[in-house]
Amino acid sequence: MESILIAEDLRNNFPNAIFETQIHRGQFSSIVAPEPIVEMCRFLKEDYKMNHLNCLTGVDNLSRKGKHFERFEVIYQLYSIEYRVGLRLKAQIKDSEDPSIDSITSLWTGADWLERETFDLLGITFNEHPNLKRILTPEDWEGHPLQKTYKLKGNTEWNGFTKLKEKVKQLKQFDFYSAQEGTHSND
Amino acid sequence: MTESATINVPVAQGNEDKYKLKMGPQHPATHGVLRVDLELDGETITDCDPKVGYLHRGFEKLAEHRTYAQNLVLTDRLDYMAAMANNVGYCEAVEKLLDIQVSNRARFLRVMVCEMARLASHLLWLATHALDIGAMTVFLYAFRERETLMEIFAELCGSRLTNTYTCLGGVRQDVTHEIMRKLDNFINEFPACIEEYETLIDTNRIWLKRTIGVAPVSAEMGLDLCLTGASLRGSGVDYDIRKHVPYAAYDQIDFEVPLGETGDTYARYRCRMEEMRQSNYILRQCIEKMPPGAIVGEDAPDLVMPTTPRKKVTADTSARQGLIKLIEDRDVYMEGDIYVATEVPKGELGFYFISDCKGKPYRMHIRSPSFIHIGALETLGKGVMVADLIAIIGTLDVVLGECDR
Repeated sequence: MESILIAEDLRNNFPNAIFETQIHRGQFSSIVAPEPIVEMCRFLKEDYKMNHLNCLTGVDNLSRKGKHFERFEVIYQLYSIEYRVGLRLKAQIKDSEDPSIDSITSLWTGADWLERETFDLLGITFNEHPNLKRILTPEDWEGHPLQKTYKLKGNTEWNGFTKLKEKVKQLKQFDFYSAQEGTHSND
Repeated sequence: MTESATINVPVAQGNEDKYKLKMGPQHPATHGVLRVDLELDGETITDCDPKVGYLHRGFEKLAEHRTYAQNLVLTDRLDYMAAMANNVGYCEAVEKLLDIQVSNRARFLRVMVCEMARLASHLLWLATHALDIGAMTVFLYAFRERETLMEIFAELCGSRLTNTYTCLGGVRQDVTHEIMRKLDNFINEFPACIEEYETLIDTNRIWLKRTIGVAPVSAEMGLDLCLTGASLRGSGVDYDIRKHVPYAAYDQIDFEVPLGETGDTYARYRCRMEEMRQSNYILRQCIEKMPPGAIVGEDAPDLVMPTTPRKKVTADTSARQGLIKLIEDRDVYMEGDIYVATEVPKGELGFYFISDCKGKPYRMHIRSPSFIHIGALETLGKGVMVADLIAIIGTLDVVLGECDR
């Protein structure tokens, strides 16, 4: 069983949804449309026993040139433990304002957190996801850090940190440590 | 002290017979800064919601602004129990992306440090996991052997925890006879040490009662939750990247992949203990088969770190020039993406790279096993007792530095 045969079979089953199949350093990847992504993953999982989801992530293609690249891309790296072959699906999402794609949590429960991470860092919405919330950044964080328009260095502090500093100032008036002065004098 | 000042303490709202408990982020048994929001009915967990991100340092964003050589040091800070294994994983990925050849001696050295890191990580896992669930004696025994390994690391590359031992195309330092002698002594003594741990633990009734039958994971469930590493192999799934997609010199080395059957906490413990024996066997082969030759490949780009600290060569300029030279000299077509996974002690550590013909990665994604394992806690933690949750966190073998990135 080889990746190229699987990619061809995928093209036969989803003729309108596969734009191109690439090979780079021996790894096959198919550029696909986002709409039938759940059916595609189910097809690969059931027919080719690609039962292991290696990796799910997103890419912001803002400054990347390519024939089929749209603004956002979601990567699905699948692997068949039995046949020892892998295939990568790259779903292109056109909508740059409100990108969304269907969730594959119905196929892999483990995709839950990976999709939440992609939502958090790139702002891609996963439809029918059971619990789509921010995961690595705080819930009131502004912006999505891995988008190319997001600056590496910011100008302001995170809102929660400002609140925390106010809280510290507020708590200082209680002077918690005065009773234990002896134990803290060496700090 | 002002008498009049008051603080408003918010009172948690919830179901009346349910109790809400926030475990962490400073809880000693959560192995770092993991917070788990629990909803309890008596002592049974009805809802388990792990919260991560306390250690988020934005490595993926940072990596887009640094060169390939500079990003190497970030990988030390992922899984700080086994920094060597992360270094190797990162370098294997970049080398495949840029098509850089590695010398055979460097391959063997990488296998050697990888397995040493595996031993160091598994020893720490054993020590803390056993401590968490009531078998306290083994803690210091395990740390005794870990210390020997840490000393060898320090002698090899100058640091114990954040090693940065590999470089693109090879490794930074060659081994000395002294290091090989120390390692040889270690691997001769280590099998007896493993037996010592087993006598301490396997006859301990508390340990057996708290591991056998706790948090059983079937093979289908493990694959569904995307578990990897010993957590998946404990359920009997034969998936080890060292065998499936051999990297470094694993194709020239003979070893077995230990598998469990029952998929409970005890099976995963047995798996890791057997893995330690296999690592010891791999280390012995590394010493016997270590080929002579250069430690850096011939066509490796000039990405070595500046030797004298006062020399005005920043890593940035030297790295960028090295890469530009690589592109010009060999006319490498570098645009493309790649996913390379390696078997680190915690599971499958994958790097997904997109290169756009510049010295810096366009996108670097780290598939960290700990992140996915903590995600599995949501499913595994439901319906168990609070005390068993500690055992589950321990048995999944998570480290938060890698989870939060």
